[in-house]
Amino acid sequence: MNAAQIVMPALGPALPELILSVGVLVLILYGAFKGERSTEGVSVGALILLILALFAVVSQPFGAKVTTFNGSFIVDGFARVMKALTLIGSAAAILLAKEHFERERIARFEYPILIVLSTIGMMIMASANDLIGLYMGLELQSLAAYVIASFHRDDVRSTEAGLKYFVLGALSSGMLLYGASLVYGFTGTVSFPHIVTALREGSGLGVVLGVVFVAAGVSFKLAAVPFHMWTPDVYEGAPTPVTAFFASAPKMAAMAMAVRVFVGAFPVITPEWQQIIVFVSIASMALGSFAAIGQRSLKRLMAYSSIANVGYALIGLAAGTQEGVRGVVIYMAIYLAMTLGAFAVILSLRRGRRMYETIDDLSGLSRTHPWVAFLLAMMMFSLAGIPPLAGFFAKFYVFAAAIKANLVTLAVIGVVTSVIGAYYYLRLVKVMYFDEPAEAYEPMGPGLRIVLGLSSVVVLLFWLVPAPLVGLAGTAAKSLF
Amino acid sequence: MTAAAAFFYLFAAITVASGFMVIASRNPVVSVLFLILAFVNAAGLFVLMGAEFLAMILVVVYVGAVAVLFLFVVMMLDVDFAAMRQGFQDYLPVGGLIGAIFLVELLLVVGSWTIDPGLVHGPLAVSPGAETVTNTQALGLVLYTNYFFFFQVAGLILLVAMIGAIVLTLRDRPGVKRQDIAIQNARTQADAVEVRQVPTGQGVEV
Repeated sequence: MNAAQIVMPALGPALPELILSVGVLVLILYGAFKGERSTEGVSVGALILLILALFAVVSQPFGAKVTTFNGSFIVDGFARVMKALTLIGSAAAILLAKEHFERERIARFEYPILIVLSTIGMMIMASANDLIGLYMGLELQSLAAYVIASFHRDDVRSTEAGLKYFVLGALSSGMLLYGASLVYGFTGTVSFPHIVTALREGSGLGVVLGVVFVAAGVSFKLAAVPFHMWTPDVYEGAPTPVTAFFASAPKMAAMAMAVRVFVGAFPVITPEWQQIIVFVSIASMALGSFAAIGQRSLKRLMAYSSIANVGYALIGLAAGTQEGVRGVVIYMAIYLAMTLGAFAVILSLRRGRRMYETIDDLSGLSRTHPWVAFLLAMMMFSLAGIPPLAGFFAKFYVFAAAIKANLVTLAVIGVVTSVIGAYYYLRLVKVMYFDEPAEAYEPMGPGLRIVLGLSSVVVLLFWLVPAPLVGLAGTAAKSLF
Repeated sequence: MTAAAAFFYLFAAITVASGFMVIASRNPVVSVLFLILAFVNAAGLFVLMGAEFLAMILVVVYVGAVAVLFLFVVMMLDVDFAAMRQGFQDYLPVGGLIGAIFLVELLLVVGSWTIDPGLVHGPLAVSPGAETVTNTQALGLVLYTNYFFFFQVAGLILLVAMIGAIVLTLRDRPGVKRQDIAIQNARTQADAVEVRQVPTGQGVEV
């Protein structure tokens, strides 16, 4: 190999990632030189970076499928939609965090920087076209997430959350890597398109074993049963804005990764992984719905809610069809709006320096803060899947895809568990509207208002103009098949 | 040939012996030192095989970083290894049985294991042979070209690790006396030394 053969890879497809990477280095230098006073500036800078990256993602040529870096990085409709969702989630996490961290006196400039670095990892996951790229993106995302889980380092629960997340996350990364090594060993390649070709020529038990391990690693990152154990503790222990981040952007990336791996690399052995996904989906929906009933903490409730929601989204993946993937994309987009809205309300429950995080603290919210209570009630109705709110359509598309793929039992179980889940969502509404009011909370800050406002618009008005999101999701799904 | 064989047996024997001493010695610090000896000898074995890059990496990463880290941990945490070893005799039969089963399985697997000749000369053997370029050069040729993207992402991951370590551990404590080289250098004789005439039979006020 001589110098003449070396060709500079095309950097254009990775423009959003490059904007974030270069920008974050500048922000680190700015923060390091200005010290703690730079927190505000770095937060604004990180927001601007995320918005610039979002523009770069949106302005990439639509419908085109471009690969670069020797085919290990792919930009197609699916990657672009998932990246846009991830960027929105990350930007919201920075907006939600500002006031909270300032009040808790833990505001430091590293938080937005770690969020941006984590976002780069998530975008690489969404664009991964081989196993190495997938793993590198995953590690970049997770490593930053472990650190921000224990961002409140003087709080025992926060450090415990970080440690738990780190140890279990390292274990799951190991499982994913082991599965990837088996797949590499039995197909002789790490590239997704080449794996497809290799599997067409015949697949053995070894590949299936590898897929099982990969599925275990992916389920952990998605917080799907039976790899969900860390979720409630980490969600409860981490500072609330960090919990909101965990429940939003990384879920988008993990789901993008799941779809990339199973639909992108293993479409030939769909029946094999379909069984796993069906089981994981049913178990997540059931556990998420039943275990949430006894919870008193809002953050734990949202943790179980996210487990159940991942279960519903996985129904679409289990279908393994283009319609199923479309359902997954729609579900994740609407889930993002609902979760961010709910967390904006949870973050607004404070008086002075004290945060209120239990369900009882919501009592009578409708009389002290009618608008906030109304919007939270709408989020809860939507999460429960009550028409005409967005959550209903999210479930509708995945269930419809499952029925078309002859997974009627799975769809029926989904409907049953969503009825069970409705109990605890509606209980919050009951507490807010019919219980005796507590003392009023402080008014919401501007960051929370923006996030709650935007997510409410999506949740309340999706049924009027569903076409843009459904069309976008359709194009995204089409690019994979 | 004979010299290479002699060195192989020398390195191999020391590796195995120090590996045994790692688990046999009572003092954990001694264990770590034997571990370092095992690493260095394993590096010697790699050199004999012509894998000089791996050998250097083993010395730099394992001896230079990992083993020293172990040593620090062992010294800083007061772990009573003697107490941890209690009940060793009781568990020996069960542990020995499991170990024997693993050994038999390993022998069965390795005994029946052949590498597909198609793989060796097929898609996997893309790197140039050791006769034309050195290991380091061969790695560099692909690492900074084909795998340039992964190399950059790995750099970002290390950056996150560094930021994380600083975020979680660096604290500004008030009232800590720090060394400020600039102030030290700015001191002149006039600031630091004062000449006083001491009258005979009296002290001086400080």
